[in-house]
Amino acid sequence: MALEIETSLTEILARCHELSLRQRIPDDEAGMAIGYFPVYFPEEIVHAAGLRPHALYGGGNHIEVRYADARIGSFVCSICRSTTELGLNGSLKGLGGFFAQPICDAAKHMAGIWGRNFPQQDPQILALPQNVNSPASARYVYDEYQRLRGILAEKVGHEITDEAIRASVRVYNENRRLQRALYAIKRDDPARLSTVEAYLLIRAGTRLRREEHNELLRAALRLLPERRVRQMDKPRVIFLGGFCEQPPLEMIETIEDVCFIVDDDLLIGQRWITEDVPEEGDPVWALAESYIERSAASPVQYDARKRKEDVLMRMLHEAHAEATIISAAKFCEPGLDDQLAQSRWLDQQDIPYLVLEFEEKMTSFEQMAMQVETFAESLLFE
Amino acid sequence: MAQAHVANPAPTVDARTAGQRLVNQWLAHVHTAHERGQPVAYIFVMGNAVEILRSFGFELVFPEINSLQTGVRKMAPDFLAKAEDYGFSPDVCSYVKADVGLMLSDMQHPSGTRIPKPDIAIASSLCNVYIKWAEIWERHFGTPAFVLDIPGKRFATWRPLPGTAQYDADTRWVEGQLRDLIAQCERITGTKFDPDRLAEVESNVNEMIRLWVEILQLNQRRPAPYNSMLDGLTYIGVLNAWRGTPEGVEYMRLLRDEVAGKLARGEGRVAEERFRLIFSGTPCYVNMRRLVELFESHGGVFAASDYLTYAAGGLDSSGLFYDPSRPLESLAEVTTLASQLGLSNHFFSHQTLAQQVKEYGADGIVYHGIKSCRTVATSMADNREYVTSRYGLPTLYIESDLIDPRYWSDAQIKNRVDAFFEVLEQRALVKGGD
Repeated sequence: MALEIETSLTEILARCHELSLRQRIPDDEAGMAIGYFPVYFPEEIVHAAGLRPHALYGGGNHIEVRYADARIGSFVCSICRSTTELGLNGSLKGLGGFFAQPICDAAKHMAGIWGRNFPQQDPQILALPQNVNSPASARYVYDEYQRLRGILAEKVGHEITDEAIRASVRVYNENRRLQRALYAIKRDDPARLSTVEAYLLIRAGTRLRREEHNELLRAALRLLPERRVRQMDKPRVIFLGGFCEQPPLEMIETIEDVCFIVDDDLLIGQRWITEDVPEEGDPVWALAESYIERSAASPVQYDARKRKEDVLMRMLHEAHAEATIISAAKFCEPGLDDQLAQSRWLDQQDIPYLVLEFEEKMTSFEQMAMQVETFAESLLFE
Repeated sequence: MAQAHVANPAPTVDARTAGQRLVNQWLAHVHTAHERGQPVAYIFVMGNAVEILRSFGFELVFPEINSLQTGVRKMAPDFLAKAEDYGFSPDVCSYVKADVGLMLSDMQHPSGTRIPKPDIAIASSLCNVYIKWAEIWERHFGTPAFVLDIPGKRFATWRPLPGTAQYDADTRWVEGQLRDLIAQCERITGTKFDPDRLAEVESNVNEMIRLWVEILQLNQRRPAPYNSMLDGLTYIGVLNAWRGTPEGVEYMRLLRDEVAGKLARGEGRVAEERFRLIFSGTPCYVNMRRLVELFESHGGVFAASDYLTYAAGGLDSSGLFYDPSRPLESLAEVTTLASQLGLSNHFFSHQTLAQQVKEYGADGIVYHGIKSCRTVATSMADNREYVTSRYGLPTLYIESDLIDPRYWSDAQIKNRVDAFFEVLEQRALVKGGD
């Protein structure tokens, strides 16, 4: 029985892994996949239009950059570079739309790059606000979401009804509940579900219709409680730095060899809305209001209610973690700024932490392994 | 194209002297602001709602100008080193790091000014680093940031028209935030918002911008009376610091007269103007004189630069003027339009650059990619590729930094500039032979 469960889980995770590496748009989805650059995107509106949201998380360490280096400054992060490469090498030619967001100065340029090179994909910026503390914020987000709704309605040639969006909200609420359940297992019983596994399960959703992703998550959640688990003595840590550019899986594995990552901000845009979106009333308003009132935090959104140090302390407290690994992608200015602020804060609080820098194209992890091992040992034997 | 204004025969003070005096006067005001009981606002050059702050009597501190001044005064390495020793990454904006260095130097600026702490700090979303910078102030000074989100262009041909739902949505959003800002200013200063005072400030801005647009257009004539990336930098420094004031209007009028006078007398910035160029990007303040010299030694002048639009508030973009009869609503509208037509153009600037080439009769475009400034420089190389292949324009791409001299490579840049002029010479030869 235990073997069967493990085999089933392995099969699910292998599929997730294959999906997470998939860059090309399948032929049967050509023109129907709407690409968006991190962090968050109101996928429900795309879903309600009968299209498939296609989150763009760069090329990882599996692509060779041949064209993009000549188009992007040498001081720009890997995710912008590799996403541009995926465009220029034809991998994303099946996209039916492309949206960047004003999360950072480099990301805003993605709409311009796309416009000059792939104008047929109707690339543009979805201008999510950097001020979510004004009484006027929700109305502005609502207006911007209605603009998106109009663009997509024109694309599919029919109105996107409130009822269709409400139905999509229900599907996504289910997805959010399943994701929260995964993260609860990872937090409460980290030997049962590793962060790499949770990551792959969630990332698979960026390549599937959400209903199919829900089935996949339900299947995994049915199997996980039955999984045979060997308890291990590893320090419980928080991982930060995965909100936009994604660290290589090998980096997470390297950390997990010696630590339990009991909470993180990996793929935070997929988990941005932290509670159910109201299923009654105007669904676009519900989404807009949820963006303001029921949302996570990241270094690329200012919110006076979510001081970065407070967010970190809450994560540490709620996950019963004893230490933090604060990572940032090379050339990611928001991440690097927060990394410093948080590490100085942790110094003041006398909470152990380790600072790491990564690039998505990294392939060598030996030195990092040594750093992490030393850190873990210092935690265990302190 | 503007007609050359007939200048006063002999102005008593030249614009350079007047500008220097105004800058010194402004710094002196900043230095003594708190002693005089005047509240202080930290603001940036893009999207700063300066009109509201001015109407409440705030003294204005531009941290970007503080930082660039460390570069101009060759003091940047000391400030950058302090910030990096504190823990800031080499990959963080050098303006931010110079400012952190200033904080770690007890706010003692190399100009001799002791920069006061902020009573309010406004960061617009036009540069996301502004927001991270303001978070640093929150931690250091305990002054909460006021983030002013100004939605920019969504795509290259974005042009929202008054009366459309989109225009209403964006301006309503900006107006809502300006009302929040007013409430905050009232709390800080203890004074009530005065729309008449705002209208007065706006009238002064209108006049300054009218003159500024005229000054920019005068450089469309040959020979160009000033270099956008040397003289122009001084002009916008004064424009920013004195925006909305009678002194600012007076300065711009003096400057306009002086530039028009040069034009009338046929005095060009370079003795023999051979090539007219557009400069795209931010300056390299530690070596700007040297950079300009490399071009002027070939008879090349920067007739125009997008920097003079976005570092000066963007109001020159499309004939934007306030309507002082409805000051707040108009401020929201113009702020939004300035953002969409001028300040967020970095991301889609290929068309406006090509347009500037036509308007200024330019022979090519020089792109200056800046390690520190991803807002401006991220996709310059792609932009250049597009402009070169689509319009057949000669272009040059060079990289350095705003104020960090470690990124200036004199020999390499000189070689590239020389090679660029060989191309321009060759083209001129072919053109002449046609």
